[in-house]
Amino acid sequence: MNKKDVIICRCEDVTLEDLHNLIEEGYTSFEEIKRILRVGMGPCQGNTCGQLVQRELSKFTNTPINEVKTHKVRPLISGVKLKSIVEALEDES
Amino acid sequence: MKQIDLVIIGGGPAGLSAAKMAAESGLSSLIIERDFKVGGQLVKQTHMFFGSEKQYAKTRGIDIAKILVNDVLKYPELIEIMTDTTVVGLYKDKVVTLLQNDKYIKVQTNAIIIATGASEKVLAFENNDLPGIYGAGAVQTLMNVHGVLPGQNVVMVGSGNIGLIVSYQLIQAGVNVLCVLEAASEIGGYKVHASKLKRLGVDIKTSHSIKKAIGKEYLEKIVIGKLDDKWEFIEGTDEELVVDSLCISVGLSPLSNLLSMIETEMKYVSYLGGLVPLIDKNHETSIENVFVAGDVCGVEEASSAIVEGYLTGLVVAKKLGFVHPNYDELYLDFKDQLQNLRSGPFGEKLRLGLEEIMR
Repeated sequence: MNKKDVIICRCEDVTLEDLHNLIEEGYTSFEEIKRILRVGMGPCQGNTCGQLVQRELSKFTNTPINEVKTHKVRPLISGVKLKSIVEALEDES
Repeated sequence: MKQIDLVIIGGGPAGLSAAKMAAESGLSSLIIERDFKVGGQLVKQTHMFFGSEKQYAKTRGIDIAKILVNDVLKYPELIEIMTDTTVVGLYKDKVVTLLQNDKYIKVQTNAIIIATGASEKVLAFENNDLPGIYGAGAVQTLMNVHGVLPGQNVVMVGSGNIGLIVSYQLIQAGVNVLCVLEAASEIGGYKVHASKLKRLGVDIKTSHSIKKAIGKEYLEKIVIGKLDDKWEFIEGTDEELVVDSLCISVGLSPLSNLLSMIETEMKYVSYLGGLVPLIDKNHETSIENVFVAGDVCGVEEASSAIVEGYLTGLVVAKKLGFVHPNYDELYLDFKDQLQNLRSGPFGEKLRLGLEEIMR
């Protein structure tokens, strides 16, 4: 299998090769990997890549998939323009 | 800040049913829908549903959507609907932030029903980002909502009910379905759906999966292979097929990230599709007055989502002081309907999964 042609995160264009390289370097939690590869930070917020990354981590660390944590979800869940937030504040005051 | 008694996130079968039952009890609500219209996945289901009459069996999904939407429109004073609106933030003090056409809106509410449904799972294989590779749900949206064919020659990956039904609908639309691949040794969906395909000469290849996609600008060919009992490809079983579309239907996963955002207690339950909230018998999560209904707390059929919606709407209204005149009778009826929908051998894994998330 040509790992560089297997897309794991389509929002941030992360391949299986990118992921495996990091795992082999010792990054074995979703949160660490997110900080380097941006998986889970694109428009879909991990809905697509989450389970694929979970499976790879599960295989590599020999942990059941239900024990592999995914990333912390924080507001805002999609891109919001600062302009929109400021305008909402002005409406309130 | 906008004040609302109840915010319902998601205008699919669960959300619409919840709003209806809340309104019948006298409670007002706001339904927030990301899409341009309410109805959820039902709007693209052209097939007739199973279940009993109470869940509109023998009615086409698209017609069930119309029934549910009309029910909600009967309460213009009590139910407000916002379409093209995404929930961008959820906070523990029950503030919900929304984005509608770049307008950022804050809402303060007393209770929330999260009915966001589920999203399609994807597969990791070579060139899985080529144009022409779709989720089965996307194909249904293209064909049945927008009237656009995905391609001429299609292979379906996954023989669950969605894979089987969408394959049949592709054939109805004049598309050539070369075969259906199933990684497991048995067909995943109901026999009645599989038989329809087999009668039309479609081969359902069990213990087979997609190995890689080939193409320059778009999908031109795929390589499939046979799997052993550990789901590894067996050498020498490669087969090349000329296709312009590949449809992935390998299950759904609950869209539960809003629940993670407010740190609801969650658990990964594979029988339910992934990460789901722990709930009590009334569908309340570990955070008071935050409820869930439909696929977000375990992937099931639309019929279960409808009944879960009714149940949750009924219960939430009571909790906020609006008791439905027939509360007791309805409560037992909804519980009974859910039990029936989940009975039998097909419901076994689901029942085990639901036991795991009971608080």
